Amino acid sequence: MTSATMTDAPSISSEKYEEKAFGFWIYLMSDAIIFALLFATYVVMLGNTAGGPTGKELFSLERAAGETTLLLLSSTTFGFASVALAASERSRVLLWLVVTLALGAGFLFLEYREFSGMIAQGAGPDRSGFLSSFFTLVGTHGLHVSIGTLCILVMIGQVLVKGLTTPVVSRLARLGLFWHFLDIVWVAIFSVVYLPGLL
Amino acid sequence: MVLLCSGCGALTSPDLAPSGPVTLAERQLLFDAISIMMIVIIPVFIMAVLFTWRYRGTNRNARYTPNLAYHWPVEILVWGVPAAIIIWLGFHLWGNTHRLDPYKAIDPGVEPLQIEAVAQDWKWLFIYPEQNIAVVNELVFPTGRPLAIRITSDTVMNSFVIPALGGQIYAMAGMQTRLHLLADKPGRFMGRNVQYSGRGFADQQFNAIATTKENFDAWVAKVKASPDTLDAQTYEQLAKPSAKVPVTYYSGVEPNLFSTIIAKWRHGDPAPTTAAAKPAE
Amino acid sequence: MDIFGRLTLDSLPFYSAIAASGAAATVLGALSVMAVITYFGAWRLVLFDWVSSIDHKKIGIMYIMLALVMLMRGFIDAAMMRSQQAIAYNNDGYLPPGHFDQIFSSHGTIMIFFMAMPFLSGLINLITPQQIGSRDVAFPFMNSVSLWLTTAGAGLVLISLVIGKFSTAGWTGYPPYSGAEYNPGVGVDYWLWAVLISGVGSTMSGINFLVTIIKCRAPGMYLFRMPLFTWTVFVTSVLMIFAFPALTVACCMLALDRTLGMHFFTNAMGGNMMNYINLFWLWGHPEVYILVLPAFGVFSEVVAAFSQKRLFGYISLVLATMAIGLLSFTVWLHHFFTMGSSADVNSFFGIMTTIIAVPTGVKVFDWLLTMYRGRIIFKPSMLYTIGFLVTFVIGGLSGVLLAMPPVDYLMHNTTFLIAHFHNMIIPGVLFGYLAGYMFWFPKAFGFKLNEKWGAWSFWCWIIGFYLAFMPLYVLGLMGMPRRMEHYDIAAWQPHLIIAAIGAFIILLGIVCLIVQLAVSIRDRKQALDLTGDPWNGRSLEWATSSPPAPYNFAVLPQVESVDAFWNMKERGVAYERPDHYVEIVLPKNTFIGAFIGGAVFVFGFAMVWYIWWLVILCLAAIVLALIVRASDDQSNITMPASTVQAIEDERFAQLAKAPRNEMGDEPGFVGEPVPEVST
Repeated sequence: MTSATMTDAPSISSEKYEEKAFGFWIYLMSDAIIFALLFATYVVMLGNTAGGPTGKELFSLERAAGETTLLLLSSTTFGFASVALAASERSRVLLWLVVTLALGAGFLFLEYREFSGMIAQGAGPDRSGFLSSFFTLVGTHGLHVSIGTLCILVMIGQVLVKGLTTPVVSRLARLGLFWHFLDIVWVAIFSVVYLPGLL
Repeated sequence: MVLLCSGCGALTSPDLAPSGPVTLAERQLLFDAISIMMIVIIPVFIMAVLFTWRYRGTNRNARYTPNLAYHWPVEILVWGVPAAIIIWLGFHLWGNTHRLDPYKAIDPGVEPLQIEAVAQDWKWLFIYPEQNIAVVNELVFPTGRPLAIRITSDTVMNSFVIPALGGQIYAMAGMQTRLHLLADKPGRFMGRNVQYSGRGFADQQFNAIATTKENFDAWVAKVKASPDTLDAQTYEQLAKPSAKVPVTYYSGVEPNLFSTIIAKWRHGDPAPTTAAAKPAE
Repeated sequence: MDIFGRLTLDSLPFYSAIAASGAAATVLGALSVMAVITYFGAWRLVLFDWVSSIDHKKIGIMYIMLALVMLMRGFIDAAMMRSQQAIAYNNDGYLPPGHFDQIFSSHGTIMIFFMAMPFLSGLINLITPQQIGSRDVAFPFMNSVSLWLTTAGAGLVLISLVIGKFSTAGWTGYPPYSGAEYNPGVGVDYWLWAVLISGVGSTMSGINFLVTIIKCRAPGMYLFRMPLFTWTVFVTSVLMIFAFPALTVACCMLALDRTLGMHFFTNAMGGNMMNYINLFWLWGHPEVYILVLPAFGVFSEVVAAFSQKRLFGYISLVLATMAIGLLSFTVWLHHFFTMGSSADVNSFFGIMTTIIAVPTGVKVFDWLLTMYRGRIIFKPSMLYTIGFLVTFVIGGLSGVLLAMPPVDYLMHNTTFLIAHFHNMIIPGVLFGYLAGYMFWFPKAFGFKLNEKWGAWSFWCWIIGFYLAFMPLYVLGLMGMPRRMEHYDIAAWQPHLIIAAIGAFIILLGIVCLIVQLAVSIRDRKQALDLTGDPWNGRSLEWATSSPPAPYNFAVLPQVESVDAFWNMKERGVAYERPDHYVEIVLPKNTFIGAFIGGAVFVFGFAMVWYIWWLVILCLAAIVLALIVRASDDQSNITMPASTVQAIEDERFAQLAKAPRNEMGDEPGFVGEPVPEVST
């Protein structure tokens, strides 16, 4: 088959987009298992502080609340972006994506400050098994948020360059799933890590 | 034929010619399970051979029913018989697993001999806390008296086993596992680590010797006459990696050495205990 | 910052002749492959038609090629182990110290991750879309990434022979031995990154296959009309999606321990090695079912085709497959009965393990009953199937024995265990894949494999298997541990010598496979598969041409029953010629998958040697490649109807010249249904 007999396809069928969304859900399920196992490890290693600091000594309710507010808000703003997307309002989509990006970056900044602070006071992930599991659980979530934030940036670029074409809309839908999923995981982190650690 | 020939050497092996009630019971379970599984295994062999021969394509005498794809009586048999066997086996499994739990003392009426075993690279240290002696790579005990062995590791994961007397259990740093064994005949048995732990693994074995009470007492006296004692410094030297270590006797042991070795890894954190790990009664 | 990380000239394997020869063989192997391609002027073909292809059939073939190469590499490890143990009574054998330990580790790692997983991914890729009447898998690009990630992992294992050493911690990598304190060198890191990388690839494959089966079936292909192979692939992909995350978590934690000094599994500072063991086996047990279920699927297909009879007990087989899949997540503790759990816990997992024997036994009986009142044709695939039926049950027996904790207390970590799992993997997994390879080879390449050499390969494999592994059962009962570089019990040696002879006969089996391939290529013009249906098959993959057109089906088939193609033949519509064709959309070739694979390989290498600048560079390259791909809205091409017509016309012309039924000369062939030939 030479390229002379083949032409670029104008679009993929809507079935294909449905398959992509379904596949993304399945991926999220496998990610959920990773988080579930990280949670299980955290719970099992709660007592393994090796004579070092515990959660009570390290966690700050204000900072955890701040991180929670930023992240939950960012889910809301992504929701606004999705509503604008459904109404095909390009500039509003861009606006809310930018706000979400800022909130996500804010969350990451707070988390960076939290981690670097703990490391500076000798409570880094190499201090004890408990801290290893804390940093890995919360850090994995943070890594996912970082990737999500990068993806939001890329999608802002795509919306600017291509507009709200079908592929772009499909990608934004999947990114939304990802972003909201991370929100749910954060709620679990807040409930399993910070609250019990502080109360 | 190969199996028969090779079987000969097996029959005198410690697993199949046990010297203690634990291995004896474990072996019996092995034989019982093999026997019951034959209900399923033998028909498979027979059917495989029979069907291959009778239904070979060139044999036009055999009946040919190309659409025979279901027959519910057969299905019931095929699900039911293995299920019944497994249920039967399940009762055996439950009962024997509880009876042969390594943490369970063997004869509650008799006072067991307490042993503390420490896995090191690549040797075994045995501490006799009641006699205040310690030995490397030799475990001597009286025939007929149960052994209550507490096991830990001062290095990577090991697995302690004396096949003639009973099954194995892991040795892990910062933790204590327990094994109860009994030799009902005198003899010299092979014991070793069976969890690969590095260069010296292949040589990490020791002699387990069951003997009369008199000989045991004499042996204890011999160890007590040793010029070496296992204090903290000597222990540190011993713990360094070495292989093919000859039998060494220590006439005195640093107090609470075993607990210290475990605590060293724990930094005050609670040691993980298995769900129902009860101390020996 | 050291530009080479911890890589120095000392990392080259000049410390021993054996290591140096292994390295030389690897390097020479790679160079000769490149030389052969250059000699045949085939770089354009290799790069533009294969490396950049995201066609599931080509990806499947490449996976199988990887698997066969790694089979030989893993076998060399086995041969070295057997020969070492045969002579190492009261002496150190011929291997330098520590080498045996690397070999047993790489043998298991290669066979599981880089032989069996690619083999099954290859067969699934090649066949499943065709069996469900689809044109490709759901996510062709991700399919390509999976392939190249697996290859990257294999590359890391291969390069560990040349630069550095491999792990000595076994294929299971238990800490704390595999931790930084006891094994600070590069070996465990090579193992970790090879496993992590290929594990990500496998997770993605699982997602791909699952979505394909759920969403891409042809009209009328209800779930309970799917062939058994597709069912097993379905359950296997669920297992892959749910199990591999556990491996990823376990290995990432170990990597964090080693690289960043964390304390997940260290002896001190709050680590707990028992967590690794739980996480690893949470993956490890479903993994062995991931390996064996597709093989069971192959056996279902082969036994029906070569008994010339419908598969017996379809519903039972489907239910049994689902039961096995579900139960596989409930048994993982049986891998460490000896870790000190209570009798209640050990009993629970022991009972669950014995329960899994029930659906497996059902399958064995259903296959035997398929043979009952059939007309058996002894093609090599059928020989492998019968050999499996007889031999696998012995492994099942030893498995039920090991499932009983008190027996396991004696047998764990002995060669009895080794014999048990090889008794499952070789007759179960490997014979299944070899049967599948020979069964579907004509579909992939358009000509059949030589049957004489195929039969000889079977006999060598099965005789070699018995000789190599039955003595290991006996040795386990005699108390011989696994992973022993040398020993001092004389009674063990005769059994080890027999085992070494068995390994040699398996080597002959491998030679037969190589010769079979060479002879078949040489004689291909005499063994052409002209109809696409060389075995009078029952499922839809036999409806396509051999090899199939890029789109598989010009017109998606309308399925009316289980054994869809057989049913079409019975109704006389197997080769219906449509009156017109429409254009077909196909995915475009792309190098991005291979690029990502290459970048991941370098990333893995850089992580092993602590070359941090290279790590960052590779990560950036991977991210960039993904962004480029994610911004590409022109990733498909349209094949115009005229081209489709031309391909199909050629196919029908060939059909007209072909014999009515390619099994016509086969003694014992029944000859029904006779397919009509469309004019």
